[in-house]
Amino acid sequence: MSKVRVLVGTKKGAFILTSDGQRKKWEVSGPFFAGWEIYHMKGSPADPNRIYASQSSGWFGQVIQRSADGGKTWNPPGGGPIMSPQGMPQGESNKFVYEGEVGKHLWYDGTPHPWEFKRVWHLEPSLTDPETCYAGVEDAGLFRTTDGGHSWKELPALRHTKGELWQPGAGGLGLHTILLDKTNPNRMYVAISAAGTFRTDDGGKSWKPITKGLNMQYELPDKKQEVGFCVHRIAMHPSRPNVLFMQKHWDVNRSDDAGDNWHEVSGNLPSDFGFPIDVHAHEPNTIYVVPIKSDSEHYPPDAKLRVYRSKTGGDEWEPLTKGLPQKDCYVNVLRDSMAVDSLDKCGVYFGTTGGQVYASADSGDSWSPIVRDLPAVLSVEVQTLK
Amino acid sequence: MIRIELPFHLRTLTQITGREVTVDVAPPVTIGSVLDAVEAKYPVLRGTIRDHGTLKRRPFLRFYVCEEDYSNKPPDTPLPEEIVSGKEPFAIIGAIAGG
Repeated sequence: MSKVRVLVGTKKGAFILTSDGQRKKWEVSGPFFAGWEIYHMKGSPADPNRIYASQSSGWFGQVIQRSADGGKTWNPPGGGPIMSPQGMPQGESNKFVYEGEVGKHLWYDGTPHPWEFKRVWHLEPSLTDPETCYAGVEDAGLFRTTDGGHSWKELPALRHTKGELWQPGAGGLGLHTILLDKTNPNRMYVAISAAGTFRTDDGGKSWKPITKGLNMQYELPDKKQEVGFCVHRIAMHPSRPNVLFMQKHWDVNRSDDAGDNWHEVSGNLPSDFGFPIDVHAHEPNTIYVVPIKSDSEHYPPDAKLRVYRSKTGGDEWEPLTKGLPQKDCYVNVLRDSMAVDSLDKCGVYFGTTGGQVYASADSGDSWSPIVRDLPAVLSVEVQTLK
Repeated sequence: MIRIELPFHLRTLTQITGREVTVDVAPPVTIGSVLDAVEAKYPVLRGTIRDHGTLKRRPFLRFYVCEEDYSNKPPDTPLPEEIVSGKEPFAIIGAIAGG
């Protein structure tokens, strides 16, 4: 019997929801790490009981937590009094130090500003090795552990890809999306607010900006217009890794050539501003977004919470409203707060800043809250367990 | 034996049950040597009290010694006998802020 595990990161702790394959009754456990911001949790595809969590706080900084039993118990992987061969204590699991000379990016006012580590926004476990996990951080950089989170090392070539011209978005200069290509272990995509999106084809040794075709209303610091785009999220279907979908600050976009060229597919959306975007588990051309009124008003248009689905890979969108509040709704859905399961029918999940997690067990046709009144939801990930 | 009082969230991180941890520190006992000893005994606290690279105090934490604010004193500042003897704790306090 299949099971589903939903990992919910919130402003004040983590929660784990579980259900059987029917997805009708849910058990809620937590809060884990109560009082801390949990930007993201994600399980290893190679070992679903291995889950990584990013725990952070303005007071105490960054902590990485790890579970070996599906989230029942947690430990900071480098947190115990582990001794090195020289007898010196080790404790590197929270240590995110940029490689080499720190360098500078652009600050809000356009002046150079040194890179400063703030927190881990996103964790992306390897598709094949539970000990390997990538971390996208603020100020934007990409780190990797190959020892289960004990230690983290930067892949510095990314920041050398016009990093001096990257500028933070209103929420910070965060690397929020990491996509791994299961058909090509050397290929990876990342996205950064507000630098853009980048691809490596050599395992992170070199990167190229992949932003050609994206709309930009204003002049960018980069005269070649390659970096400086506020990409909110990118998504792909694992079976079709050359096709990417993007929710940008404004505009929904699509690329059919691994990001080399993009075109807008906002079509008939009521607003093309939003944060998350995701792809149906079994239909690579079916995608989901949650339109938000504007960059100044972060709540749904007309106060109606609507997921929009396109079965044509963009341009033609239908509102999905059954079970969602259709009046007086002023929540937001953040970029890492939507996920799908791989059951048949595909389950779709998203969390709101109002503390609800909504789920659909029928590919979006109908929805219901599987938990409500949590702290503001920062991230939602789903594990489909056999 | 030096006593160090930790704020709530650092107590949960170290998984201690009381409010304090203890460390042994060879003289001279200073702010820096006490924090070195705490981080050596509890590596999970590295980066949570001081920045990993610069070892500067994190901005929303304060250090109090016998009710005196030691937050902005240099790391090599000697600590008084009340701390060295364990009569009083070296207090790490989280700033009152947030929501």
